[in-house]
Amino acid sequence: MTDTANPPTAAMGGRRAITWRRRWAAARQVWRTFARSRSGLVGLGILVLIVVLALLAPVLSDAAQLDVTQATGARMAAPSGQDWLGTDESGRSVLVLLWWGSRISLLVGFAAAALCVGIGTVVGLLAAHFGRWVAAILLRVTDFFLVLPSLVLAVALSAALHAGTGTVILAIGLTSWPVTARLVRAQTLTVETRPYIERARALGGGHWHVVLRHVLPAVLPLVLANTTLNVANAIIAESTLAFLGVGDLSSTSWGEMLHAAWTNGAVTAGAWWYLLPPGLAIVVVVLAFTLCGRALESVLTPALRGGGRR
Amino acid sequence: MTDALASAEGGLDALTGQGSRGSSGTLRFVAVKLGGAVISLVLVIVLGFFLFRVLPGDPVTTMTRGQPVGARQLAQLRTQLGLDKPLIVQFGQYLWGVLHGDFGTSFTYSQPVWTLVRQALWPTVLLVGTSTILAAALGLWLGSRSAWRRESTMDRTTTGVALTLWSVPQFWLGLILLMVFGVGVGPIPGIFPVQGMVSVDTPSGFFPQALDIAHHMVLPCITLIAAFYAQYLLVMRSSLLEEMHADYLNTARAKGLTDDQVRRRHAVPNALLPTVTLIFLNLGLVVNGAVTVETVFSWPGLGLLLYRALGVPDLPLLQGTFITLAGAVVVMNLIAELLYRVLDPRVRTS
Repeated sequence: MTDTANPPTAAMGGRRAITWRRRWAAARQVWRTFARSRSGLVGLGILVLIVVLALLAPVLSDAAQLDVTQATGARMAAPSGQDWLGTDESGRSVLVLLWWGSRISLLVGFAAAALCVGIGTVVGLLAAHFGRWVAAILLRVTDFFLVLPSLVLAVALSAALHAGTGTVILAIGLTSWPVTARLVRAQTLTVETRPYIERARALGGGHWHVVLRHVLPAVLPLVLANTTLNVANAIIAESTLAFLGVGDLSSTSWGEMLHAAWTNGAVTAGAWWYLLPPGLAIVVVVLAFTLCGRALESVLTPALRGGGRR
Repeated sequence: MTDALASAEGGLDALTGQGSRGSSGTLRFVAVKLGGAVISLVLVIVLGFFLFRVLPGDPVTTMTRGQPVGARQLAQLRTQLGLDKPLIVQFGQYLWGVLHGDFGTSFTYSQPVWTLVRQALWPTVLLVGTSTILAAALGLWLGSRSAWRRESTMDRTTTGVALTLWSVPQFWLGLILLMVFGVGVGPIPGIFPVQGMVSVDTPSGFFPQALDIAHHMVLPCITLIAAFYAQYLLVMRSSLLEEMHADYLNTARAKGLTDDQVRRRHAVPNALLPTVTLIFLNLGLVVNGAVTVETVFSWPGLGLLLYRALGVPDLPLLQGTFITLAGAVVVMNLIAELLYRVLDPRVRTS
């Protein structure tokens, strides 16, 4: 859409400069279209705020407040002037836990989504590009993982491996890639029918060249939009795994908080200040990611088509 | 959440795509689908072996984690589980066992895994079945209304609420419902039981028992429905939107039918096709939901069994529940694929 004919003067800056200028213009164009979606902007704003807060947690607050032995509050005390969101079963402030918990939840969300998108993209590209028996095998495997109850598989994986944040990331990433793989495959199939791919082949481009230089850049925008949705899913999956007790019990995440609240009888004690905040935090973050993802999708899908039509 | 939708749509694409290609008759189609399902089942069984026998390294050490166990007991456990034999022999024995309905003996319950699984099967089927039917009914109804009046306030609110509910972690919704309506908060009394399927003091007739089970099932069902009706709503909405401009609807209107009749008798039945198969295709997701919801409400089904096995971890029991749940989903998908061909004549003839 932006790669219109370059004016002759641009050629003087060298090929590299032209490419970068073009990319920069394309990025600006994407941002302009994205900014038109109000819900997308709201989602992005919430996300930036939460990520910044999560990153600043060690600077603005003291990690010692997470230490059970140094907790000052009463056991599961209701919100008060001192602890705005009350305290947990060992007297720690729920607000501080919530703040620090965002770090693990977001970390697992991003890392698992990256893993899942990575696997999905590779499988999808290979299945679409090579066709025939490669595709047959890969699609069979994808379909198999697509229908399997992913949570059950993730739970099984994390139970079999050693407990830890890495295991949780691995378990979520390894069980949630089939959707991305299908999406990438479908997109690759459409891209590969375009004349410019045929041109690249006719000029002697090998499989690597065609896939990496021509197909991947065309598929990537969709993959990025899909990633934001995957982060949302991974955060929910993390909280579910933690709630079932297969996460890293030594670290604080939103799911871990809910697990602790549940096992320590917050439900029967009616400790709503302990149960509500982590869940609401998850819902807000997941909704923000979803809003962003939807806005991105609506921006990038016509952009993809426009690029091909030119 | 949108992923789930995409997956459902992807699944449907696969169905229709493969269906239209198979012109050489129903028999071939059924054979291909059956073959695929059999391969999937074999993969499930192999995966079950890999996950719970190979991956943990030494399963016995994993299972006895944090317990005072002597070397002799460990060796005895190893012999009991057949872990002292070469891996290939273990796999052979495992395969033989699974094919004969023998999933080994549970480590914690000291009972055959299959017995435990069988007992837990029907509560899960009851819960998952009831909530799937209700969620589908609610989703389809709201979805068809939304599509018919698209872009109206009603459409926006319904879709918005459904999407929000979908981003809620199910177990958390369950916990909140449990706290508010099970235990009771402030002025709200706890009107629903907090755990289990039947109370101990319920008289043993059919009707008192059934009523008590229904009473226990209200909260878990609401939790599952809240999480799942969104996808039925969205798929119904989009597939009805596709039908909206079809000629046969104009014909129906030209005949002088009321708007309501056009929607109910002509548009909805056609839009219903993709959603019917979606119900089956989404069973994997529903199973995920059942695990957490059963855990929260202590509903004595497969999910709770899985959760209890996780804490130990009781590897033979985990293996048994995993194979049962995954196998059930594979079989349900096969049914969905066959059903689609029966329901949609267009797939058959083209």
